[in-house]
Amino acid sequence: MKPVFMTYTKKDLINLAVCMFLSVLIIPSFITTEYWYTSILIPWLCLALATIGQQIVMGYTGQLALGAAGFMAAGAFAMFNLILRVPDLGFVGSLIVSGLIAAAFGILFGLPSLKVRGIYLMVATLASQFFIIWMIDKFGWFKNYDSSGIITAQDIVILGKPFTTPLAMYFVCLAVTTVLTLLAMNMARGSTGRNWMAVRDMDIAAESMGVSLLRTKVQAFAISAFYCGVAGALFAFCYLKSLEPVAFDIKLSFKILFMCILGGLGTINGAFIGAAFILLFPVLLNAIGNNVFHGAIDATIISSIEQVIFGGLMIIFMIYEPLGMAKLWENLKQKLSLKLQSSNVKNLKSSLSKKS
Amino acid sequence: MEYERKFKIGKPILEVNNISLSFGGVKAITDTSFNVLEHEVRAIIGPNGAGKSSMLNCINGIYKPQQGSVLFRGQVVPNITPNIMAQMGLSRTFQNLALFKRMSVLDNILVGRKLHTKTNFLEVALQLPKVKKEEKLNRDRSEEIISFLEIEDIKDTPVGKLPYGLQKKVELGRALATDSTIILLDEPMAGMNVEEKRDMCRFILKVNDELGTTMVLIEHDMGVVMDISDRVVVLDYGKVIGDGTPDEVRSNQKVIDAYLGVEH
Repeated sequence: MKPVFMTYTKKDLINLAVCMFLSVLIIPSFITTEYWYTSILIPWLCLALATIGQQIVMGYTGQLALGAAGFMAAGAFAMFNLILRVPDLGFVGSLIVSGLIAAAFGILFGLPSLKVRGIYLMVATLASQFFIIWMIDKFGWFKNYDSSGIITAQDIVILGKPFTTPLAMYFVCLAVTTVLTLLAMNMARGSTGRNWMAVRDMDIAAESMGVSLLRTKVQAFAISAFYCGVAGALFAFCYLKSLEPVAFDIKLSFKILFMCILGGLGTINGAFIGAAFILLFPVLLNAIGNNVFHGAIDATIISSIEQVIFGGLMIIFMIYEPLGMAKLWENLKQKLSLKLQSSNVKNLKSSLSKKS
Repeated sequence: MEYERKFKIGKPILEVNNISLSFGGVKAITDTSFNVLEHEVRAIIGPNGAGKSSMLNCINGIYKPQQGSVLFRGQVVPNITPNIMAQMGLSRTFQNLALFKRMSVLDNILVGRKLHTKTNFLEVALQLPKVKKEEKLNRDRSEEIISFLEIEDIKDTPVGKLPYGLQKKVELGRALATDSTIILLDEPMAGMNVEEKRDMCRFILKVNDELGTTMVLIEHDMGVVMDISDRVVVLDYGKVIGDGTPDEVRSNQKVIDAYLGVEH
């Protein structure tokens, strides 16, 4: 397919238009309950953004990293301190700088990837998770010497206008996510993405083609951490509305890893699909528990069932569809279009036979 | 060669001087020297385990020889790495195929254009005009190589799904995309049938003839080697036992002994 605009084909542009139409016009006019914004749409966008970060380092560059939540914490606390101490930066400026601070941590903790790989790298990157959380807990300065442990996030003010209602915050998240997703797609489809994938698929050959392993891996870690940092800042300011290191524990890192794998490694849209699935599935299970069994099943049992099903799904996907839900979606679309074509052919045939 | 060559064979472009390589106690290469002239087709042959692939890996910088040096255009290359050699204009293919399996044929060949890509990730993310210009140039060159190798119909297929013979072609294409002055081919015809081999020979000679690319190839099939190469170096147990034109090598007693065995 020939690109019609930048690297985008006609189909991509239609997809983009449909997504924007849905998210900017349809959702705000049809969904009025606050619950949907505060508990589903906002965390979905934030976590999808973090999952894109995980995709870049794991799905595209093939480096098993497990510390997304650590970078999110770095981004969130950087944001808090920047707004507190450098108010002139403004919200958007602080968001970018906190992403950059997370990226610096990404470079630091990405360096082991030059020497170790696979499961060993995963263990090495876990250090970021624990180190960043420890650092924030240890030095009071990061929390502005707040003794309560939970700090309230400042209000979001962009160009003098407050964005405090759930709908306004949803739009903030949507705008940031859209821009960063488009940038990620440009990179993934361009020469940058090809270098990442070359390193993933066959590093020795990539090096023989002049791709520097050091630069490519460190770059992927930095960009990934930038995305996680920005996602963490949005997660704290729009969803949690508070800052506590505990919110960014290892469980969140695993959640993002699951989103990445279930969504489909090496796809950008998989990040959104995976995040939606992992967020909505517990909601669905709870609804089933409440409405079908009328609360006869204990909530703790439901959350255990949730874990069992996630684990099972991971195994099933690893065996039957390593490319995840994004691939399933692709296959479904293909089958539908084939069916459509064959039904068109049938119609044509029947109309022809009628004529004769 | 009877026909007039567009690119006359010139001075030595690559020299290997007294290289010794051992893995622990096993000596793979002992004190080996030979050279490659500009624009020639040079073959390295020898029985199994003679150290041919190790030799290529030393030239390319994947292995670090304990002794000896590699000279490129008369100058010693210090701390050789695959990356540095690529930047100097040396590209290669691998014996057991080292393609990017999940990427399409076109993308694989585009990776070969890496050294002709100067834009950084930020410029790519923002899709600045110069990125689009560069991408177009790289794509045009890759399409040229794809049509040169006659693989237009598979250019969007993920490489991992292609049969072996085609994958070998794609690997040659990726090496060509670098516009290198030397290409090292590690058994480009291994596992191919006669027809595919003939095709591959045609491509190798065509590249050498039209672009003047110096070709260094390792091959088992003696017939093929003698037909297409200008000079042949024969390795056995990590040592050079013969070096010269195909005819010279064919009549070399040591080479005949190594290939056919000796009566004691």
